[in-house]
Amino acid sequence: MASDDDRSVTDYTLNQVQLERIEKILDSDLVRSGINSVLMIDMAGNIIAKGDNGKCNHDVYALAALASANFAAVDTMANIVGEDFSLLFHKGEHESIHFSKIWNEFLLISLFGKDVSLGLLRLKIAEAIEKIKSVWH
Amino acid sequence: MAFVNLKNKEVQAKVVFYGPGRGGKTTNLEYIYNKFRDRIKSDMVSIKTHGDRTLFFDFLPFDIGKIMGYDVKIQLYTVPGQVKYNATRRLVLKGVDGMVFVADSMVEQREKNLLSLKNLQENLTIYKKSIFKIPLVLQYNKRDLEKQGIPVMPLDMMEKDLNSQLKVPYFEASALAGDNVINTLKKIISLTMASLQNVLK
Repeated sequence: MASDDDRSVTDYTLNQVQLERIEKILDSDLVRSGINSVLMIDMAGNIIAKGDNGKCNHDVYALAALASANFAAVDTMANIVGEDFSLLFHKGEHESIHFSKIWNEFLLISLFGKDVSLGLLRLKIAEAIEKIKSVWH
Repeated sequence: MAFVNLKNKEVQAKVVFYGPGRGGKTTNLEYIYNKFRDRIKSDMVSIKTHGDRTLFFDFLPFDIGKIMGYDVKIQLYTVPGQVKYNATRRLVLKGVDGMVFVADSMVEQREKNLLSLKNLQENLTIYKKSIFKIPLVLQYNKRDLEKQGIPVMPLDMMEKDLNSQLKVPYFEASALAGDNVINTLKKIISLTMASLQNVLK
């Protein structure tokens, strides 16, 4: 996953070009499909990349911290029952939230309104995740 | 496991306040939040029980400005101190860059401090980190209780108990009154940033 010009103290490395590619994927595949806000975070709660439609004012740093902890708890529960849960979904009245793992390292958090269908969204997220994975190859 | 974003020139580093239950970890963060409220753009996040005890963690993002051309964002976390919450405590430690161990100076808490420090050492090992290598500051909290006639341990006893091997910087503090809370924070930030320096060059 590493290249020579990377500088990172994390378990993974991402250079500037890779980050730009990821942000482009988030924007073209997800934000343009109607997602209000999307975050790619690591499991320690750091924000790696983000995209939004310009109308979202959520506290993304708090959201990232809570999401990583929440997913870590879900992962631990999955281990207890001998499972692997790779996604989570919470439906709200106006806004819903979808979490999806990218390998075991990262989490993609998508916030979207009721005008977006969950089926389409899941398809788009699955496509985006494959594209993000290819950034390392 | 700080994340250095070369594109946005931003660093996110994680500092965790650890220590026995009711030792003052959350109070430290509350003091910092109130003191720097004008500089902290977001709210402090606390996941606690109905009885106001930390259930999962507290979280406070803290912008410390530019260091070596990077915008540095320190993410402050606490863990739940109660023994029974070890599984969640462990989760919060993932990706930690710096630690503050908040020890309770009350005489009756002596054993709990020792157990919590040992627990920290074990939990860091899970993430292949050593308590002897990670940036760490000890805070001997509740020193103000002495004035109220509550017996507190002498400093040399706490040093011998907790810091004889670690030999890390320590502060006598009162998180409630704010004594040395900011100095503790400054110290752990400087140690953490020093440990990241090679990455930022």
